[in-house]
This record gives sequence, C-alpha cells and structure tokens, in this order.
Amino acid sequence: MQIDLINFTPWSALAGGALIGLAGGLLALLSGRIAGISGIVGGLFDGRPAADRNWRIAFVAGLLAAPLLWQLVAPLPAIQQVAGIPAMMIAGLLVGLGTRYANGCTSGHGVCGLSRLSLRSLVAVLSFMGAGFVTVFIIRHVLA
Amino acid sequence: MLIVIALLTGLLFGFGLLLSGMVNPAKVQGFLDIAGQWDPSLAFVMGGAIGVGLVFFTLAKKRDTTLATHEPMRLPGNNSLDRRLILGSVAFGAGWGIAGICPGPALVALGAGSLQVIAFVIAMLAGMALFSLLQRKH
Repeated sequence: MQIDLINFTPWSALAGGALIGLAGGLLALLSGRIAGISGIVGGLFDGRPAADRNWRIAFVAGLLAAPLLWQLVAPLPAIQQVAGIPAMMIAGLLVGLGTRYANGCTSGHGVCGLSRLSLRSLVAVLSFMGAGFVTVFIIRHVLA
Repeated sequence: MLIVIALLTGLLFGFGLLLSGMVNPAKVQGFLDIAGQWDPSLAFVMGGAIGVGLVFFTLAKKRDTTLATHEPMRLPGNNSLDRRLILGSVAFGAGWGIAGICPGPALVALGAGSLQVIAFVIAMLAGMALFSLLQRKH
C-alpha cells in the first residue's frame, strides 16, 4: 500500500465530515428522523401518508439546492467520473436495490448508525466497504 | 417545523458532502483502491462525521421526545444481523465501487449536471421502486 499524498485532503475531509455529522445529528435530535439518504428517498416509493412524505421531499430539496447555493459563493469542487453510462446504470441499480434490502447506505448506516453505536450498522459498513474494496481491486488491478 | 428542519439539514448535509470530497467519484475510488495509490481522505470524512454525530445521537438517545417537533423519540431499534443486511450491503458496496458515488453524493452531483450521474440516479430510483414493488407482493 502506498499513500497518495497528492490527492490526500485531510482537513477538508474532516471539516466536510463534521458538517455531515452535524446535519445528521441535528435532524435526529430535533425531529427523531434519520438522515439516511437511501431510506429517505426509498421511503417515497412506499406509499406513505403525506405527513411522512413531505419532510423527505424537503430534505432531498436541500441536497439538490446545495450545489446551486455553493456556486453563488465559490466554484464547485472537482467532480471526475470514473465509469461510463452503462456501468453507471448497473451500479445505480445495485445501489438502489442493495441499500433498500440493507435498510441503509453510507449515511444511514455509516454516519448515523455508527454514531448510535449500532452493531447492525457496523456489520453493514464492514460489508459495503469490503465489497467496495474488492470491486475496485477487480476493476483496477484484475480487469484493467 | 419538520419541513424547515429537513430542508436546512438537507442543505447542510449537501454542503458537507461537497466539502468532504465524497461527491467526486475519482476520490471515492481512490479511497477504495487500497492496492494502488491509496487516498485515505474518506476515512477522515467518516471520522469527522461520527465524532460530531456521536455527541448529538448520545443526547438524542437520552430523550423521550424530540427537541423541536415534540414527538416521541423513536430511533431505529432493529438489531437483527440477517442475510438481507449483509447481501444488500455487499450489492450496494459493489455499485459504490463501480460508480464511485453513493445515494447522497449522487443527488448533490445532479446539480453539476453530468449524464453519468443522471443515468446513475435514474437506475438507483428504479432499483428502489423495484424493491418497494417486490415488498408489496410479499
């Protein structure tokens, strides 16, 4: 293993992470809801009553508005794609189905679940991180 | 009240994702590539998020009611470690590795308007809708 010192950004990573934790923590403390993106979005397909739908739409609207407001103050950070459209569609399907079966993704299990000290979330995080490491190993070092 | 809280925390969450680097697929893959030039940044994102999150969730767990909406505090209580959790997470991790983005960053990146991200989000929503459809049949 070699550390990539050119792309390593510990301070913005820590600060961005702190903002993410603050947002998830505030949502939980103030309203008891979990800032898990897959659960928030996936819940929109479950035919829930309007009261349980509107806050989800509002949270997603906040996420969508973030880059637009950001651009009023500063240019967006670099976003460099690593896969073509067909691969992105397969990945999207895996992410959509997988996160719903697992009841959470990087935000719900990773941030909120680990902050709650949930063993179930720890198992989820180890599973998706492990699968992510193996998948990228195959893409970059076996197939490439 | 709930709507305002959700909108503002969603916005803050989005800013955090942008600042952290999680919205950049090349950076996410750089973290997942431990056999190559490894970029440990995302471990710092998780560290920062959990460090702050721990304080709030510890406070939330001690309360009977939510602080602003005054509802009963009901945080997730599911503790089962089952096949759905593990297989679902493995499928998610594989998709995350291929695309270099997960659900939150995908929605934030929509604002930057790349075709790859639009394709990813449509497929992700289709996967979620398919799940709901399959659940309803059972």
